[in-house]
Amino acid sequence: MSIVDLEAKIPNNVGLRDNKRLMMALERWQPKFLDWWAKLGPTDFNQDQIYLRTAIGVGQGGWAHFDYVKMPDYRWGIFLADGPADRKIHFGDQLGENAWQEVPGEFRNRLRRLIVTQGDTEPASVEQQRQLGHCCPSLYDLRSLFQVNVEEGRHLWAMVYLLQTHFGADGREEAEAMLERHSGDADNPRILQAFNYPVNNWLDFFCFTAFMDRDGKYQLASLAESSFDPLARTTQFMLAEEAYHLQTGENGVGRIVKRTGELMAEGKDPRTVGAIPLDVVQRFVNFWFTGSMDLFGGEDSTNAAESFANGLKGRYRESDGIYKDPKALSATYTLEVPTEDGKVVTRDIPLRRAMNAVLLDAYIADCKRIVERWNRDLEKLGVQQRIELPDHKFNRHQGVYAGFRFTPQGKPIDEASWTHQHTEWLPTQADRDYVQSCMKRVIEPGKFANYIAPPQQGVNNQPIEFEYVKFH
Amino acid sequence: MTDFHRHPDSYHHWQLSIEGDVAHLRMNVDPEYAFQPGYELKLNSYDLGVDMELADAIQRLRFEHPAVKVVVVGSAQERAFCAGANIWMLAESTHPFKVNFCKYTNETRLSLEDASQHSGLKSICAINAACAGGGYELALACDEIHLVNDNNSAVSLPEVPLLGVLPGTGGLTRLVDKRKVRRDRADVFCTMAEGLRGKRALAWGLVDAIWPKSQFTDKVQARAKELAASLPEKAKRGITLEPVHGERTDTGYRYQHVQVEIDAAGRTATITVHGPKGAQPKTGADYERAGSSAWALRCFRELDDALLQLRFDHEQVGLLVLKTRGDRAALLQVEQDLFANRSHWLCNEILLQMARTLRRWDLMSRSMYALVDAEACCAGAFFELTIGCDRVYALDDDRVQFAIGPLSNGALPMSHGLTRLHNRFLADPGHGQKLAAEQPTLAAAEADEQGLCTYLLDPVDWEDDVRIALEERVSLSPDALTGMEASLRFGGAENCDSKIFGRLSAWQNWIFTRPNATGDEGALTRYGAPESAKFDWRRT
Repeated sequence: MSIVDLEAKIPNNVGLRDNKRLMMALERWQPKFLDWWAKLGPTDFNQDQIYLRTAIGVGQGGWAHFDYVKMPDYRWGIFLADGPADRKIHFGDQLGENAWQEVPGEFRNRLRRLIVTQGDTEPASVEQQRQLGHCCPSLYDLRSLFQVNVEEGRHLWAMVYLLQTHFGADGREEAEAMLERHSGDADNPRILQAFNYPVNNWLDFFCFTAFMDRDGKYQLASLAESSFDPLARTTQFMLAEEAYHLQTGENGVGRIVKRTGELMAEGKDPRTVGAIPLDVVQRFVNFWFTGSMDLFGGEDSTNAAESFANGLKGRYRESDGIYKDPKALSATYTLEVPTEDGKVVTRDIPLRRAMNAVLLDAYIADCKRIVERWNRDLEKLGVQQRIELPDHKFNRHQGVYAGFRFTPQGKPIDEASWTHQHTEWLPTQADRDYVQSCMKRVIEPGKFANYIAPPQQGVNNQPIEFEYVKFH
Repeated sequence: MTDFHRHPDSYHHWQLSIEGDVAHLRMNVDPEYAFQPGYELKLNSYDLGVDMELADAIQRLRFEHPAVKVVVVGSAQERAFCAGANIWMLAESTHPFKVNFCKYTNETRLSLEDASQHSGLKSICAINAACAGGGYELALACDEIHLVNDNNSAVSLPEVPLLGVLPGTGGLTRLVDKRKVRRDRADVFCTMAEGLRGKRALAWGLVDAIWPKSQFTDKVQARAKELAASLPEKAKRGITLEPVHGERTDTGYRYQHVQVEIDAAGRTATITVHGPKGAQPKTGADYERAGSSAWALRCFRELDDALLQLRFDHEQVGLLVLKTRGDRAALLQVEQDLFANRSHWLCNEILLQMARTLRRWDLMSRSMYALVDAEACCAGAFFELTIGCDRVYALDDDRVQFAIGPLSNGALPMSHGLTRLHNRFLADPGHGQKLAAEQPTLAAAEADEQGLCTYLLDPVDWEDDVRIALEERVSLSPDALTGMEASLRFGGAENCDSKIFGRLSAWQNWIFTRPNATGDEGALTRYGAPESAKFDWRRT
């Protein structure tokens, strides 16, 4: 197992001590990062003591160390998952050759773009969520928010490490630019549009972590297959942290659904007691789920084909050997394609061009699973209403379905019907105003806002009423 | 026949709006409205149909909206300025189509540059989002390039790294010759698929200004107004450009002043151009009243259309035979009036149109022979067409005359900037200059003596010798002829324009047909295909 240097200014398991050039570069970048955190992170909470886990190693369980820490003192470090020294490329045109320890020149720009696009989302979400702490539904949830925030910060470190190590002066410039772009900044926005909207209520936050972070998981998972070994190992470790973020979202929406279900089972109208009706939750789910699908890129994509052929991005769990043909050369993928006359036809495209769609399918299956979990709570409570995952064609702004109108069930409709009905399907201003009105700050240990059920258990075996945040 | 006529009322891909002396031309390509079936025009990518509208818009700004001093070329799409020529369209096109497409699009861009130089119509390119390949080549044709500085939008020429071909619309040449980007930086830029953004694009001279996203529209608009204010006043009212539709006949095309007869078996097309008939305008005001029906404008627009038909719809025709008809004196009178009134905006535009058509003539990748027979009207601009040909066959007959007019002395320059007379007599520049200055009318024998005829044929030999000449020519390798003619037609020093065409017909043509680009495993073939390209690594 690799040695983790926790005493270093920048904790790491990549032997930073012996790489003076890289250490200098990262040490130059560190104050800029801290400055960014102080200005655009959860600024008003920087003096508070948060019960956070910190990565201290990459072995099983070794990384989950819990203690109170002020967020600016969090030990952001660089950790790569351990991997076999002689890893072979396991998909694409170079199948069977040695994985690359250095960036091959011919893929340099493409890899850099992949890393920058991924890296840019990490600080972006911290910026999007920076005001949320003020209306937390509990200390438990406040802690979760900050845990997500500091780990997204660490994920930025992970990407910056790759840029600084493997991409020379360009990489250093890109690392700086990640701190210069800001979510929602009119002149200098984050690269992906979905990361430029503020996330100001907790239903948005939980939907964001349930769906957008889950997109992140699948993007990271495809990079974790990469033939560029440092990228694969970095993202493998990020995935371990990301799992917690998904849980936060999945559980958060689930607890809101459960609380509403409880009130409905008691015969109460959720609206009269500050809880969130299921149809409102449904519209938020529709919005975030469809937005997250747009992040996968076009279903029929030459870029995706290139990235697979070159061995830069694999399929989900490619290394588990679950796909028959690791070169994906002969197979086709059947894609639903909308036509101008309002129909949907199927078209077979080469599998490699459909790699985004393949990844998206895995993601959708995962999302179906979490929605089923939410519905099980409703079923147990005897509530008839259900949350439904909309069809993948509904409300899309990227890919083959962009520009076409579909119902959440996937039925093609015309523009007039859309105009007439879309407020039933997507959050209205009234919905947002109502959800905002439910956002009451609750900071008494063990207490929760009325729109959300308590979690099953506390963090790190602590009780639910544990003081997860100590305000200064 | 291909309909090259377009009108702003029915554009599918561009929005033209005019406010006082500033026009906005916004690209908004309808992905579903491709020129040919089989591909979608995503992200403001373009094909021939898109470029026909652009060419039309520039023509209309010149003739119909002379008051416009600045045109802002932008995009109506938020996510893309222009992704360049559509790759799927290129991949499914035949080689001759690709080359003709590149030539046509470059002629469109040249007309934008020509308008800037000679019509007082400056252009500003407003790059609001990603701008790749042909998109950046369009920008290069503008006088100023403004780029949004949003840390994301880049300008790029990704042809080499992505497709294994060259930018097909003069991008490489304009980069170093027009914008004078340093060669090593140009080298880096042209091999970097993702291109360059903001500050570095500015520092390297790829763009002229960068603006924050929130100020972009205002800053570009302010610059357009400022630039317009710095330019001299222009005419307020334009004319209407009526379409010049030709009629398809069994054997060719018939226009009012131009006829094309195609001998498919002989792979020869005879183009007959007719001089003015009836009263023609004399003054600028007369021309404004006559509008687009004036012979000088109509005839050359018709010829322009005919040449495009031949290029796109008659790839097999290897030899163009020119015949001129009409009254020499009447033709020369028209030219004298136009030339005398060349400071009038419309006379100027008509002369520029004639010059552009003549350059399109010079750039036909077909053999061209002029037949100066007893009925010929080898005068003025028709004389220019004649000596623009690869060979001039003249009949030794009293009725044959060569009449050099006032436009031969610089008003109708070739692509490389020389007059056709200068280009013809490179060994003795004084001779060409003398003919251009004195504008003599010469009998056949004199013309031959002065070097204007390739062959002066006796009437007895005429028919047979001409027939043999044509038959012999069309028997030669079409590829070799294209290369040979392009080399021989343009003597003397090159300029940016001629280099672009020279490289188009040489390097671009060659690379397009090489296995490394279009073979089964070539980069263009394999673009977007499951497998990556495989190269033959030998350098040529």
